[in-house]
Amino acid sequence: MSGNIQLLTDTLAAAKAEDRAALIAYLPAGFPTVDGGIAAVKAVLESGADVVEVGFPHSDPVLDGPVIQTADDIALRGGVKIADALRTVREAHEATGKPILVMTYWNPIDRYGVERFTAELAEAGGAGCILPDLPVQESALWREHAEKHGLATIFVVAPSSKDARLAEITAAGSGFVYAASLMGVTGTRESVGAQAQDLVERTRATGSGLPVCVGLGVSDARQAAEVAGFADGVIVGSAFVKRMLDAPDEAAGLDAVRALAGDLAKGVRRQA
Amino acid sequence: MSSDFFIPDPEGQVPSAEGYFGAFGGKFIPEALVAAVDEVAVEYDKAKHDPEFARELDDLLVHYTGRPSSLTEVPRFAAEAGGARIFLKREDLNHTGSHKINNVLGQALLTKRMGKTRVIAETGAGQHGVATATACALFGLDCTIYMGEIDTRRQALNVARMRMLGAEVVAVKSGSRTLKDAINEAFRDWVANVDRTHYLFGTVAGPHPFPAMVRDFHRVIGVEARRQLLERAGRLPDAAVACVGGGSNAIGLFHAFIPDADVRLIGCEPAGHGVETGEHAATLTAGEPGILHGSRSYVLQDEEGQITEPYSISAGLDYPGIGPEHSYLKDSGRAEYRAVTDDAAMQALRLLSRTEGIIPAIESAHALAGALEVGRELGPDGLIVVNLSGRGDKDMDTAARYFGLYDTDAEVAADAADTAEIEGDAK
Repeated sequence: MSGNIQLLTDTLAAAKAEDRAALIAYLPAGFPTVDGGIAAVKAVLESGADVVEVGFPHSDPVLDGPVIQTADDIALRGGVKIADALRTVREAHEATGKPILVMTYWNPIDRYGVERFTAELAEAGGAGCILPDLPVQESALWREHAEKHGLATIFVVAPSSKDARLAEITAAGSGFVYAASLMGVTGTRESVGAQAQDLVERTRATGSGLPVCVGLGVSDARQAAEVAGFADGVIVGSAFVKRMLDAPDEAAGLDAVRALAGDLAKGVRRQA
Repeated sequence: MSSDFFIPDPEGQVPSAEGYFGAFGGKFIPEALVAAVDEVAVEYDKAKHDPEFARELDDLLVHYTGRPSSLTEVPRFAAEAGGARIFLKREDLNHTGSHKINNVLGQALLTKRMGKTRVIAETGAGQHGVATATACALFGLDCTIYMGEIDTRRQALNVARMRMLGAEVVAVKSGSRTLKDAINEAFRDWVANVDRTHYLFGTVAGPHPFPAMVRDFHRVIGVEARRQLLERAGRLPDAAVACVGGGSNAIGLFHAFIPDADVRLIGCEPAGHGVETGEHAATLTAGEPGILHGSRSYVLQDEEGQITEPYSISAGLDYPGIGPEHSYLKDSGRAEYRAVTDDAAMQALRLLSRTEGIIPAIESAHALAGALEVGRELGPDGLIVVNLSGRGDKDMDTAARYFGLYDTDAEVAADAADTAEIEGDAK
């Protein structure tokens, strides 16, 4: 069975046809529990998210700020496994028909086996992966297997990426390009800054035609609307996780992420 | 280029241009750090070929650090090692008390050449943090040191030293609250502040070019030891022995001996309470290849690629990874690695103190314990050089608790409670 890269591409194209940015949400698998995490992913997809990135919690999340670190700790203490992340992908995709990605540090896949992981992710209905500590130079083996199984390889670009490097990255990537709005780890910020727009423009100038979606720091509808003014997609992670961490119980957490997804969905339509 | 103390590896050897030592190494880093890491590689390559850089570094290594470091024969200690002759390479006598200063001065000069004004570093035992804080004071650079919260307690003296030198010390409360978490936090800082900040990495791990560059700055240890042994003992040693956490002092000692096929290179890993107990940090003995902190190497991890929490009485060796060149030397068979328990290391620490009047760091005591074993295996004709990578002042509190050296019952009781807490934390 082949993965859902085409569904991802079609989803982003459909948003563009509606003259809006796509809303991409990030939630960690296994947080607060495996089933609770699946419920949260479904909730944001039913409330306006076009795509979800399912994070696989890691013992050493060097690119994550305190919010996602805390959620990862809870998930890992609960014993979350790769199989749980794959079940999250499967159930979310089956329930909603929307494209689901996995975001993970590289070592878990390296250890699990690249062929095994890509085959199982495709079989679960996954659309692709974001691997934030696997730079393009180290990615040949991954890309070979991802391509074989119809999975997108979404690379991250940063404000520090030079133009020549953006060209290399966009040539190797597929699905879309994840543009980090600022230099830093995940977490909510007051503003996303002018660097993001410049980076989106420089990434588009490579001529790859890949959609460019912006993440890091976006937390509310106003920021989402601002980013939607220049990007093809808006990626929101820590703000969702924080709503769940702050909620008194799971039901309240689900209500909170539904409400945020609804707000952000207006934002990406610039109705905020 | 002629330099007495900055002696990088001759061209054409490992690593490859991509930073690989065989199957190990590479550059597994976030895109946001690619430009900065590439800049370090380019700048280091320029510096390596610039006689002015070598002249500046040589000058510091002689007049500030005190190189060359002594080679001390320790016959009363060696009497416990089957009669083999044992020489200690005295990196503990360097300014700041360990080998770490060799690398720090090199990278501090590089920081200046890159026009950066702020330095961050991780530290376990505090020796790399103290050396970094020292160089920052010397060069007028802003300095932030990340240290696991558990380590700030067991190495409180070094925390005070760093603060005296003007550094900010951040106690890291995430994960196992030891060295690996300090490195995670330093990476997070670097991603956010890379414009003006150099990450002065303290060991031969991390993304390329750090494993090769840090090795080059420490290569002087083995070059000196080799020359000194030929002068003093008239021959090359049967074995060169060093402790390994990340592996910087060991690679420094080993590297000049790699072409000498008859010299055994023996790394001593921390076995903690015993490898079989699971409470250890013996990465090459018990780990599997994986990716941690920017390179592929042996790693202590579970079947799903989560890094497992290490344990050692020694804060400087309490790390679940290892530099990629050590993984390469292990798999190629050129070096051998054995695991030394907390208890064996502490006994060796006391033995050297009482037979030779030299109090070693607990890290280095792992190498001393290994040398006692190797000496017994070699017999009376054996000749061993051990890297005494650091001095033990910082460890006196841990040693006093371990051996019951404090006077009052109240203190002993308080220590027991603290020790239980620290050991509990480490699990």
